[in-house]
Amino acid sequence: MRDDIILCGVGGQGTVLASKLLAAAAMERGLPVKTAETIGMAQRGGSVFSHVRLGEGSSSPLIGKGRADLIIAFEPAEAVRQLGYLRNGGTVVVSQGAIVPVSATIGGPAYDLDAIMGYLRARVSNLVVVDAAAAASELGSAKCLNVVLLGAASRSGALSLGEDDLEVAVRRLVPERFLELNLRALRFA
Amino acid sequence: MHKEFLMGNEAIALGALAAGVSVVAGYPGTPSTEVLETVARNKTDDVYVEWSINEKAAMEVAAGAAYAGARSMVTCKQVGLNVASDPLMSLAYIGVKGGMVVVVADDPGPISSQTEQDTRTFSQFCKVPVFDPSSVGEAYAMVQDAFELSERLGTPVILRPTTRVDHGYEAIEVEDKDAWKRTAPEGFVKDSSHWVIFPRLSTANHAKIERRNASLADEFSRSVYNCVFPESSASERVGIATHGISFTYVMDSLDGQSHPRLLKVGTPFPFPERRALEFLQGLDEVLCVEELDPVIERALIAVCGKHGLSVRIRGKLTGDVAPSGENTVESVGLAIDRFLGRPDPRDGNQPTDVPQLPVRPPVLCAGCPHRASFYAVKRAMGRRKTIYCGDIGCYTLGNAQPLDMVDTCLCMGAGITIAQGIYHVEPDTACFAFVGDSTFFASGITGVVNAYYNQANLTVCVLDNSTTAMTGHQPHPGTGRTMMGQVLDAVSIEAVLRAIGLKTVETVNPLDLEQAVCTVRRVADEPGVKAIIFKSPCVVLARPQATSKVDASACVGCLRCVRELGCPALFVRDGKAVIDANQCTGCTLCEQVCPTGAISGGERI
Repeated sequence: MRDDIILCGVGGQGTVLASKLLAAAAMERGLPVKTAETIGMAQRGGSVFSHVRLGEGSSSPLIGKGRADLIIAFEPAEAVRQLGYLRNGGTVVVSQGAIVPVSATIGGPAYDLDAIMGYLRARVSNLVVVDAAAAASELGSAKCLNVVLLGAASRSGALSLGEDDLEVAVRRLVPERFLELNLRALRFA
Repeated sequence: MHKEFLMGNEAIALGALAAGVSVVAGYPGTPSTEVLETVARNKTDDVYVEWSINEKAAMEVAAGAAYAGARSMVTCKQVGLNVASDPLMSLAYIGVKGGMVVVVADDPGPISSQTEQDTRTFSQFCKVPVFDPSSVGEAYAMVQDAFELSERLGTPVILRPTTRVDHGYEAIEVEDKDAWKRTAPEGFVKDSSHWVIFPRLSTANHAKIERRNASLADEFSRSVYNCVFPESSASERVGIATHGISFTYVMDSLDGQSHPRLLKVGTPFPFPERRALEFLQGLDEVLCVEELDPVIERALIAVCGKHGLSVRIRGKLTGDVAPSGENTVESVGLAIDRFLGRPDPRDGNQPTDVPQLPVRPPVLCAGCPHRASFYAVKRAMGRRKTIYCGDIGCYTLGNAQPLDMVDTCLCMGAGITIAQGIYHVEPDTACFAFVGDSTFFASGITGVVNAYYNQANLTVCVLDNSTTAMTGHQPHPGTGRTMMGQVLDAVSIEAVLRAIGLKTVETVNPLDLEQAVCTVRRVADEPGVKAIIFKSPCVVLARPQATSKVDASACVGCLRCVRELGCPALFVRDGKAVIDANQCTGCTLCEQVCPTGAISGGERI
């Protein structure tokens, strides 16, 4: 197997931990893993992405355009921004919770959520939309969106890792006091 | 040996520890920072590690340790090497006793830097051997070999990973801690004919360096890091030469196909000429796929000229590869497709109906005290003629709308002296220099002395959030903590400024807007060089207290808070301001700006 996955969102949303969880789950299964992260200035509320490559046969830590099997988007506009990486027939798991940047409230390009979700629905045949607000209110925290999205990705069938594989990784990497929350988040449907 | 999932920078750190490094000094800078942090986290008790005040200090500390026979390492980013270039240029002539590796992280793009300089070119300039890793695993191996080489030849050696290697992760085999090499340094042996640089010594050593590098080029030609594959065959007419992370893009572009002859160069200086000759044998054309400078391309052209080979060398100099910017899987794939005469699979495949997307540049965090400092100066100066000189750090983000408070930014510490230069031309302009606390220690102090002694008139605004925030909160002399875990008396920025001679040095909490504005008005009108220290901790490190809330019935929808502050926690809904409680830190700046008192409830950190 080989899964090429792109995680994207806004700095501070937890994409880096999500990519570490995917990597840990894959390594548990004995699969080779390469990842690449955005670190530095962009973490201050900028667009961020991680590339995660699971399985044999890849040299580069980065995925080429049109080659990703799965995009896990923490934010709708960021899903559209990275959509060029998706291969034909690939899957997008997206949180529909928009994060409106300062620039859009002070005269920069506007944030049209309906247009953005409409574009995703028209372009992506395998689209899984996650209601981040509902997840946050039911789970009692917005801080585990990353694990909610990973759970949704594993159930979409586009990821070679199942919920049980991810649970092993969550148990290993998430601190004890947040463990119970994140295990519920993983199974949140 | 055991397997670990490591970031490239972590692998470099563990490789250095396995090679027996005992002194590590550096200055934080993306994408290099995690190397030194990983050393500090994993080291044994006998290893000394420090965040130096700048890269020049780090280079000299590491050189001193290597003079005394210890293995030492410097870590910095590419522009940091500029700061450290004075000691490095001379150190290349003097040499070292213990192995000394200079890790310089290059940043193609640039993603988080001022320049796209190529440290492979710098190594040619300073005549120091350089290793250029293409993967996490190779970085781990190369740093160990670099120590061996450095100690054997008595020269510092550069390791220059790029961002995608620094911040790429891979599972690699690493040494167990109990197998790390331990060394007992001999100590410094006095010999002024060796350690004191004078023109006569430099003349003699320069000749030795040139001889050494010529023979090292032969040695590198046998190195596993410079390889030709598949083995030369007479039928091949074209080849590809590459290096670093671009090598992996080349491999992915040739995925599953029988590919042309490849030359991968892992030690670009001294250039492995004999290996290159082996590669060029029988070829008509070569494409050089490089990131940043055309180092291999120029070297191959020189080899062809020197040996009378008629091989056409293509790459950046012929327009086949972009002369600047970061390479990508696509850009490399496209260059290779064109070179091999393959059809471009990307033609006519671009969607045209993409909706408008919001732009998302990095911004100052919600509750960041820098926003309040900039806002106070802006309010205080009103319509007066001003120039705001910025510097390197989170506060460079003060340039964004709506604050728009950074008119210049050049390099570390330059804000103060740029403001001085502008003052000498425009004495009627109120000149301000904004400098962070870490940058003040790194290279701001000399600028203040220069401006003060040379009779400038400007206001130095020290934005003191008591950490090095942009690179991930490293300690510095103003924090009272060291990387060895000591807690000690901090160096007082105010005392330093007063010791220089400044008569007016005021400290103010920027989150107290009224007092901050009054202070700026008063201080800016004083003659000469004067300073305001805006002191408030970085919000990323502090725990938020109660957050602010908008009383919708009292909000008149003037949106002054949204339009003037640009805080990411402030939104507009139904024509009124709203606050995202997940982001708000309760800094209360918006409460102080609101003309109707509609915002309340925040508690300052």
